[in-house]
Amino acid sequence: MIRFDNVSKVYPKQTRPALRDVSLEVEKGEFVFLVGSSGSGKSTFLRLILREERCSHGQVHVLGKDLARVSNWKVPQIRRQLGTVFQDFRLLPNKTVAENVAFAQEVIGKSKGEIRKSVPQVLDLVGLGGKEDRRPGELSGGEQQRVAIARAFVNRPLLLICDEPTGNLDPQTSVGIMKLLDRINRTGTTVLMATHDQNIVDQMRKRVIELEKGRLVRDQARGVYGYQH
Amino acid sequence: MRAQFVLSEIGVGLRRNLTMTFAVVVSVALSLALFGGSLLMSDQVNQMKGYWYDKINVSIFLCNKSNAQNDPNCAKGAVTEDQKKAILADLDKMPVVQKVTYESQDEAYKHYKEQFGDSPLASTITPDQMQESYRIQLKNPEQYKVIASAFNGRDGVQSVQDQKGILDNLFGLLNGMNWAARAVMSLMLVVALMLIVNTVRVSAFSRRRETGIMRLVGASGFYIQAPFIMEAAVAGLIGGTVACGFLVLARYFIIDHGLALSEKLNLINFIGWDAVLTKLPLILATSLLMPALAAFFALRKYLKV
Repeated sequence: MIRFDNVSKVYPKQTRPALRDVSLEVEKGEFVFLVGSSGSGKSTFLRLILREERCSHGQVHVLGKDLARVSNWKVPQIRRQLGTVFQDFRLLPNKTVAENVAFAQEVIGKSKGEIRKSVPQVLDLVGLGGKEDRRPGELSGGEQQRVAIARAFVNRPLLLICDEPTGNLDPQTSVGIMKLLDRINRTGTTVLMATHDQNIVDQMRKRVIELEKGRLVRDQARGVYGYQH
Repeated sequence: MRAQFVLSEIGVGLRRNLTMTFAVVVSVALSLALFGGSLLMSDQVNQMKGYWYDKINVSIFLCNKSNAQNDPNCAKGAVTEDQKKAILADLDKMPVVQKVTYESQDEAYKHYKEQFGDSPLASTITPDQMQESYRIQLKNPEQYKVIASAFNGRDGVQSVQDQKGILDNLFGLLNGMNWAARAVMSLMLVVALMLIVNTVRVSAFSRRRETGIMRLVGASGFYIQAPFIMEAAVAGLIGGTVACGFLVLARYFIIDHGLALSEKLNLINFIGWDAVLTKLPLILATSLLMPALAAFFALRKYLKV
């Protein structure tokens, strides 16, 4: 699903690399936490997978493709198979819940019939059935994040990438979101989640990858948030 | 791609940037109106140059029957064959002459018709009212006076004219105006392009949330860029339509009505509606493609895909 081979990333005009010689593999259907303090390279790690950045050295394989060899105009094809969820939800405030989810299908040219079928389905899945016509501003943070997850999942991606999805939510709401992500993971979707939320990582007992100053310092099968040497 | 979705995006974009859109429309309209005006002015100059302008320097007009009655230079009657032969022989002997062409009355009539085809004056003219002439190309155009002094007042010669010299002043003026129009046009064009680039930049910035989401869910680059490009194209097309309106109104009010130059200067054969109308598609196409291209290149800089 994801494979990093000796990946380094140096941003232009910076001497210290954001990632140094990172190698790892994520298999299909896994649930992986990516932890590390701010500036440890988590965001760069995710940006490389989304091909927002290219790595300076090494190889990044996503869905079996070497991203360095994917031409710019084919990048959208890859992104259609990835879902993304962010801390700040990134919803369109002037569109309703249903329209926000449908947007992800409209822009890749899905037919109206398909959209009408799949949007209520995915909204039910995330527990927002009946709130189709609300606007993001009328929803709580947890509900907004559910909309974002619905949008990320509506095209049935093989891989769901979450960048601190619970970063703006209270602990109780976060648990709800994690249950949802777990359910999505059980449908066979690989989930990669960058987080600072110690409780969540400790409770879920999933694979944990830890970055520190750009290096991979821990890769633990059923790990917790903190160090466990 | 769904057309309705794209169209609604364009509408939203144009309204959001109303002032900027207005500026683009006005600058495109002005630059293209000047562009069209400059094209029409060259058409007008070419039409006025007539058949002989670029080919000769001096013309010797020979007397015809009607000259013989009312022109003192032709008091001895219309030119005879012997006189013509003598003139031609003398011309051939002159070292300053490069080439001589004889124009018969019928040819003169034909060229006159070509130049003044539609004007009211031309319809009353008949071939035997035209003058025969020798059209002379000089080795050095400055030596016009040599010919003039040799042939003025000679039997059968009505007049010797340095037509090019006379017309050059007028055409010089028209060409000057044309270049001025082109200079202003280029300036307006640059302004229009800069405005389009800036509009696209503002537009891309104000919609970065949408385009960011589009990118993340895998919309193609073309799909993301199309609304911006079409926005610029639509604004440009509005400007182009306004420019076409300017040209049609200008033709109408300057030549036919209003200033009514065609009545006041009835010796000049003005360009017709066909000359104006054939320019309009070119202007519309330019108004559509130029902003679209400008937007396309602006997006490469300001919109990450």
